[in-house]
Formats: sequence, C-alpha cells, structure tokens
Amino acid sequence: MTGQEAYHGARIEDPALLCGEGRFLDDLDPFPGTLVAAIVRSPHPHARIRDIDLERARSYPGVATVIGPAEVSAALKPFPLSVRTPMPYLPSAIDRARYVGEPIAVVVASNRYTAEDAADLVSVDYEPLAAVVDTRASLDPHAPRLHEDADSNIATDRTFSFGDVAAAFAGARKTVRGEYSFPRYSSTPMECYVVIADWRNTAEGPQVVAHANFHGPFSMLQVVAGSLGIPTSSFRLIVPPDIGGSFGIKAAIYPYVALMAVASKHAGRPVRWTEDRGEHLLASSAGSDREMVFEAAIDDFGVISALRVDLVDNVGAYLRPPEPSTLYRCFGNLTGAYRIAALEVRARAVVTNKAPTGLNRGFGGQQLYFGLERLIDEIAVHCELDPAEVRRRNMITADAFPYATPSGGIYDSGDYPRALSMTLENADYIGLRARQAEARVRGELVGIGLATVVDPSATNIGYVGLATPEADRQAGRGKSGSTEHVRVSVDPQGIVSVMLGTVPQGQGHATVARQVVAAQLGLPLHQVRPIVDMDTATTPWTISSGSYSSRFSPLLTSALCEATDRIAETLRAAASVLLQTDPEELELADGVIRVRSDHQRSVQFRHAAGLVHWDPGALPDGANGRLYEDAAFRPPQSTTAARTDQINSSLCYGFVAELVLVRIDPQTFELTVEQVVTTHDAGTVLNTTLLQGQVHGALVHGLGGAIYEELRYSDAGQPISATFMDYLCPTSAEASFDLVAAELQTPSPLTRLGAKGCGEGSSMSLPVALANAVADALRPLGVEIDRLPLHGDVLYRLVNRARAS
Amino acid sequence: MKAAAFAYCRPATVEDTVAELQREEAKVIAGGQSLVPVLAMRLARPRTLVDINSVAGLGRLDLDDDALRIGATVRQRCVELDARAGVVPLLRLALPSVGHRELRSRGTVCGSLAHDDPAAELPSVLACLGGSVEITGPTGFRRVTADQFFLAAMTTATQPHELVTAAFFPIARRGEGFGFGEFARRHGDFALAGVCVKVSMAQAIVATIACFGVADGPVVRDVSGLLESMLTDGPDTTEDTVRDGISAVAGDLAYDIVDTDGDVHASREYRRTLLSVLLSREIARAYHDAVRSMREVS
Repeated sequence: MTGQEAYHGARIEDPALLCGEGRFLDDLDPFPGTLVAAIVRSPHPHARIRDIDLERARSYPGVATVIGPAEVSAALKPFPLSVRTPMPYLPSAIDRARYVGEPIAVVVASNRYTAEDAADLVSVDYEPLAAVVDTRASLDPHAPRLHEDADSNIATDRTFSFGDVAAAFAGARKTVRGEYSFPRYSSTPMECYVVIADWRNTAEGPQVVAHANFHGPFSMLQVVAGSLGIPTSSFRLIVPPDIGGSFGIKAAIYPYVALMAVASKHAGRPVRWTEDRGEHLLASSAGSDREMVFEAAIDDFGVISALRVDLVDNVGAYLRPPEPSTLYRCFGNLTGAYRIAALEVRARAVVTNKAPTGLNRGFGGQQLYFGLERLIDEIAVHCELDPAEVRRRNMITADAFPYATPSGGIYDSGDYPRALSMTLENADYIGLRARQAEARVRGELVGIGLATVVDPSATNIGYVGLATPEADRQAGRGKSGSTEHVRVSVDPQGIVSVMLGTVPQGQGHATVARQVVAAQLGLPLHQVRPIVDMDTATTPWTISSGSYSSRFSPLLTSALCEATDRIAETLRAAASVLLQTDPEELELADGVIRVRSDHQRSVQFRHAAGLVHWDPGALPDGANGRLYEDAAFRPPQSTTAARTDQINSSLCYGFVAELVLVRIDPQTFELTVEQVVTTHDAGTVLNTTLLQGQVHGALVHGLGGAIYEELRYSDAGQPISATFMDYLCPTSAEASFDLVAAELQTPSPLTRLGAKGCGEGSSMSLPVALANAVADALRPLGVEIDRLPLHGDVLYRLVNRARAS
Repeated sequence: MKAAAFAYCRPATVEDTVAELQREEAKVIAGGQSLVPVLAMRLARPRTLVDINSVAGLGRLDLDDDALRIGATVRQRCVELDARAGVVPLLRLALPSVGHRELRSRGTVCGSLAHDDPAAELPSVLACLGGSVEITGPTGFRRVTADQFFLAAMTTATQPHELVTAAFFPIARRGEGFGFGEFARRHGDFALAGVCVKVSMAQAIVATIACFGVADGPVVRDVSGLLESMLTDGPDTTEDTVRDGISAVAGDLAYDIVDTDGDVHASREYRRTLLSVLLSREIARAYHDAVRSMREVS
C-alpha cells in the first residue's frame, strides 16, 4: 500500500457524542466514594500571606479535610522548570499570592455545594503588595519583584545570531522596523479541567493514580512525579476516551493533578475536582501576550537580507513548564516563508501578576507571525509595492526544498509561490484591488490583508533546550524527539485493535486511525477498532506523546504504518501456508490475502489471522507468530539543539496562504469580515472532512483573538474579562463570513503517508491577515495597526487619534 | 460556582406567591436567565426562591382594546411567535435582539422588565410606548406607568414583597411608525447603545425615543420638534432627507443622552457615536413607517 485515498464521511466518534453517550471524565466514577474539592483562590494580584485560618472550614459539617500552604509545602517540591531561574512554582501559593485566582487552599467535602460553603469560611490575612501586569513595565529593574530569589522579573533572556546580521544591516539600502503587541487569549474549550486523584500509601511508598482530561505532552508526567517526589512508575495517569476540546489549554492541568493528589493524601479518600467556568477564565491557561520588535534589512526591491527580532513574552506569575516554549516552538521557522540568510533573535520571558500561560492552538505561531507578517506589509508600504509582490520576491521557491533556515529548521517540502497564487486567484485579487479602489472613491473603508505562514507540525521537543545556554547544557542529557507509539493487534476473528496514546480532544483520531489501518491492511473500516483511552500503565507512550503541535497526522499515522507492515508480514506468512505459495507473492486487499498475479487464489484475512492464533505450529520457519505489534515512529531528523544553538524545531513544515477581506463602517467603525480565502498545504490529505473542520476551527479561533477575545487586566492586576459576558467568544453568528478554502498537497518525504499536521495553521495566520486587512482599509486615514483585538471601539479611537494629529 | 443554600417554594396562586414573598429575603424566579448565574456566583443569596412558573393565570397573553397584556411567566419567545403580539410592532422589532433564541425560550418579558438591566431592550420598549406594569402585593394590585416604574439601574418601583404580575404594551394605532436598532459586540450581547422610536403622524407629529445601554436605565426623550423641523416637504419628505437632517444634530442629542462610563467593550465617546448613528437611522425609519401606515389605511 503506497497511497492513501483521502476519506470523506462521518466520524466514528460522533454517534455517541450526538446521543449524549460520550465518556467525559465528569460522567465517569472510577472510584466510588470519591470526595469533591473546591479551591479557595487569591482575590489579590500580589499579596503576602501573613496568616491563614483553616479551622472553621475544617469543622464545617461534611468537610473531610482542608489543605493550605503548610500541607502543600510539606508534600510537594517545586515543579522542575525548563530553566534554572529561581522562580519556584508550586500548584498553590505558599507565603505569597502572585495572581488573582492563584489557589490558596483546597476544601474537600462530600459534595461541591458543601465544599464551596466551607471555602467561604477560609480566612486569609493578606498584605497587599504592589503589582505589575504590563510586560515592558515588568522589565524595569525597579518594577515590583515577583520572586524574591530572582534578581529581576526576567525569567529567561537569550540572544541568538545566525549569519552576518551586522554586515547585512550595514550594507542595506533601507531598514524597516515595527513594534507590535500580541494580546493574551485562550481557546475556551467547552469542557473545563477535571481531575480525580487517589493517593495510597503502600509498602513500596506512595502510589498516585490520577484521572484527568490531560492530553500531553507526557513530559509533564515527569514534572508532576518530580514535585510529588515519587518515581514516574508510581504515578499512573488515566485519560478518558472523550475530552471536550483543549487546543493546548488543558496541558496546564498538571499542577492541579499534583494539588489534588495532596488533597487525597490528607482526605484519605479519592478526590475529584471539576473546574468551573469562572475558575477556567481566571486561572487555567492562555497563550502568552508578547511585546516585540521586528526589523528588516532590505534592498531597493524589497528583498530582505537580514532580520532582527526582539521578543518579550509575558508568561504570567510563574514560568510554568513548558514555558518559555512559546518563544521556541517556532524557532526553526522564525524566518517564515522567506529566504532570509541572517537572523538575530533576542528571546525574553518576563513574569508579571497575571495567570501563567502555556500552550494555545498555534502555540507561538500567532505571536511570531503577527510581527513578521505585519513587517512584510510595512516593507510593501515603504517600497510602494503590492504586499503580494513583496511576499513573492522573498519567498522560498519550490526547487529549494529541503530548505535549511538560519535557525536550524529543515523545511521538508512545499510550493509557497503556488499556494499564494492559488489564494490570489481564488480571491480574484486583481479584481478585488480594482473594486477596492472604486470603493475608496465612494468613501468606503475596504481592506485586503494577506498572510503567508509556514505551519510547523510534529514538534521536536528538543527546542526546550535552547532556553538554557549551550555551556550549561549537560552532555548526555540532551532532549529531542517527536516520537509516537502505537500498538496494533489482530484477534482470532480478524478484528484489528489499534491502541493510541495520542489522547484526542475531539479531533477524530479514532476515525483517521481506523481509516489508515484499514487501508494498510486492505480491510473494510468496520473490521478496525481504535481504542483512545489512555492509561500510562498499559498504553505505549513516551516523553513526547500527546496531542499537541499537530502531531497525529504526521507521526501517529507513520507509527501505524510501521506496525501494520509487521502485522501484514506475519499474515502473509500465514496465508502462504494456506495458499501454498511464497509470502512475497501475496498482497492484502479487499478483506483477503491473495496472490498478486492471480486474485482468485486468496484466503480471508480472518482465516490467516485464525491460523496464527490456532495453529502457529503450521507457520513457516522464521515467522514470528505474533499478531500484536508495538511501533514507535522515531524520525531521525528530530535531534537535540546543536552547539550552534540551531534546532530543527519541527519535523514537518506545512504552509498557509490566507487572504482576508474586511469592510469598516465609516460611521460606526463596525468591522465586518466579508471573505476569507485560504490555501493550506498539509502534505497528503488523509481525511478531507477533518482537514476542513480543522481549517474552520482554526479560522474562528484566530477570529476570536483578532476581534473578540482578550484576557484583560486592570493596571492594578484585576482580571476584567472574567466571565463570558466580558470575554467574548465568536459564535456561529460571527463566523458566517464567506469562506473559500483550497488545498495544495506537497507530500512530506519524512512521514510514511506524506501527511503533515493541519490543526493550527489559520490560528497563526488569520489574526495577522485580519490586522493587515484593517491596516489596508485605514491606511488612507493615516491609521497604523500594531496590536489586537480590533473592533469598533478600538478603530474609533485610532481614527480619531489619527485625525487629531 | 454553586449557589448557597436557599429554601424553594412553588406556589399555585398569586395570593400564595405574595404570601411567600412576605418572608425575609425572598426572591421571585421565573425564567431564571439573569438570576441563576447570579445565584451560582453567589452574588445573590436569597433565603427563599419563590418559583412562579406554576402560578395559574400568569402565563396568559391577552388583548384588549388598548393594550397587549403579557403575564408574568410568558416567555419572550412566545411573544415573538404569537400572531396576537403583532399589534405591538415595536416589541416584535426588538425581541430578536434580546439574547439568543435559547435564552428567549426561557426568559420572560416581565422578568426582563423587573430586572431592569440598563442595557436591556424591553424596558426601553415599554418606556417608548408609554406602557405600564401591574404589580401585586398583599393589599391587591396597582398599575404603574413605565416612567414611574424604572427608577435606576436594576431598580424598579416593585417592592421586595411584591410581584410583577403583568405588563401592558399599548397597541399601535393608525399613523404610527416604529424604529428599533442597537449595536452590540456580538449578536445577542447586551447593547453598547440602542434606541426605540415611536412616531405618530395621525394628528400632530409626535416622536418619542427611548435609549438603552447608555445610562442607568431607559432614557426617554420627546423629539417631536426635532422631527417636525426636518419635514421640509411636509409628509412628502423622504426618509433619506430626514435621516441626513437628523444626523447633523444627532451628535449633540447623543452627547446629552449618553451618561455612562466606558467599559472594556466601548468608551463613552464611542457609545455617543453609535447612538447618534442609531438616532438618525431609526427616527427616519419610524417616520417612514408612520407615513406608510397613514397611506395604507387611507
């Protein structure tokens, strides 16, 4: 089997979900008699905890235990961080609260009502401290200091230089520079965090079993076990078959796993905690907000010779792992779609009195491309060129692959100019510009925005190492990898089970796994049964396992191919006995194993499987007699960071060329997205329905960040978007813009099926494409766009400011 | 996010309801679309919740010669769909902007009036039309006109021991026309600015506006003189002429009306801009509607 037919059709996950039969963690009761927790949280952005009184809560009827700073600091060590900065992070505050919503105490009771009643009785004596929430303000050495042992609020500060940047800038005809801000927003999964933890003391020491709607990266298991002070093998994590969305946000559930383990230890019973929406908006996770400066050295034709980038991420009160990865996830593709030989990057993360940040669909990409793609449009303005033309002049051409970027990325495949052309043609770009010119004459505000972004997938987690200077990185302790594990087995009746450790959050992994395995083994779909429940005690997994960075399509399906290759080999051996022929003559197709040159000579798949189970003595010499196969797909291109600080930060690099057409009402400044035209290259398309769903979802996620959603704080550090009344997610009514989505397929040479990831592309491109469109619409009025979100109130202010000056 | 403990009763008659409301810190629940989130966040902790959904007679929609009478448990969605409510065109214009359909299928018209959120549509509809509210207490019921009913943000003439039993929306007459508009961040959100307009061309020109989302309650203004000054061609003046004429002065009117601090969604200045656009659009639309109404009948 060499090719895969892209599959359309219903997902096998959907009947249960549509009938209310999904198995989400809050529906399950793995430990009868489980108690329920409520969390007392800090109302202060920054305060010393002078005293805490838990006794009234402890004596409230129905309360089993209340844990606070004393219990947590006795039971847990600070989580191991990605860098050595002394900013200890625990799941709850010990002597100081550093953001509104930081856990202070946990009340465990017979039910949530009682737990919340008793939580009201916890009294904390706070001494409020000065708070800092602004990124640049926090860089100031005189800013309120969050962590007393650190000598500033800067959690990490590294500078990288590739190529002769100074010479390029010195020799440049022009330089174009832009300062940009990217806001903090989330993905607001429908289901919030759920943890059930059971602490047991055994002869071999403490054993913790936790159920959680956690989806990786499973490197976090080491972080939790490290905090608990137990071996990873004593910490078993079970993930339910259904997770109600995450988009990265639920990766940050792990501190609560540790916290509830301690609560269970003190309660002597399993403890369940279900996060409510208020808690989620206050203190779960979000993409980090970023201040950045981009500067390009260009020639007279708008061709870029070098790029200088200064990034400052606001990671909230703690550098919660896997932060500062927002800075590094896109390290190999910092120069985007363009041939830029010289690059200098300063990457800083600063702590402030806001909630900690983490993974969010597009992780690092929306921040990076907001700067890079706004700068490309600025170059177009400076050179009086069309923004599409500037992109074309700088783009990596189709004949340049594999293409090595200055920062270490190896782009595997692509045809960027063609993808851009497809988008421009599908949008009738020339006609659109002509109509825009006419509309301007009529006084209408119409804008066209482009973004062309490299969409990394199958992260090589080795990029985390870059936060540590090369001299401090220990030999033999490198980190790398984008490995995925899978187990495929065939029962005596020929039914194929596929056990995945990819912990889907609703993406349809089971549907695609079934489709891929059925195609590889020549079986009808119904003969393949994927199992997506995850149990670290039984499911094959590794450090890099999990559902993040669009790993499933490139990595897991490759692992499936490796496993099914071996299964097929065993079955051909069995069939060769039944057909009295050489196994090499046989192929698997149409539910049978047949002679390639004579399809009439065949045996049923299940008969061959039956022979392996019932009559292994009949197998030829050398046949392994095994119908279960564990496979690990371990791409050799994913290696640890080089001494030169270069890294191939992803295995695959897809592409998105996006165009957004906006209209702004000249009276009310209401912003309307009239059309989105997008072309995605995710390599080989495995499932057209799911690819389209990912494109739609990522677009609307980007739309949220671009227009509606922002986790805002007052200057004093109080969250001011703490409910869905103020944190506005786009609904179907806001997402009804005209959409033209096309696919270009340049298969990856590095994955078995040529597939790349496709879950995040438009999350990275839509925010900046929309900003470019708004900038284009308002350019005649002298308005510059350097931040998001953009909506009527913001545009009104910008236009009035431009008119005043 | 779980409510604090409360007692719950579900009386069957208005008399029993009023009797239950004599308890300390009792609160009425009908559709619960505003109250339940407030309870869950423990921002309100009533001792008793008096559920009026089983009270006989409160679910009625009645029509008399003057008004549409909407009982206390009539859902907004019912009014939106019931043909009898067509006699109050402004209500029908406004209802699709009240939350989302799912919310309207539970939320009641009277509950929205009694809650009196400054950004809600229905209080301004009632105020614009000069409707009234029936309040029942231990000594019987009284009718309170809209201008006496809405006192301040989230504050009405209803006493804690009383129940809003019905609202009366005046029926549209010949020569009357209506306009309704609002701006919100998203469909279904509370308005950043909104306006209800009633214009009567039957005898003297009478024009009334009620604005919402811009102050601590409905802001009602008589704009008859303003409209009349725009009718340069008498009743033959076009809608466009009226709109353009009003837009020249709507900014000043909006400046006078908007009395709210900005928030995360819109500054005070932006609300003024939005309201001025709404005023010129909707007064002109209501005028046009009134002229059409005159001509249709004659």
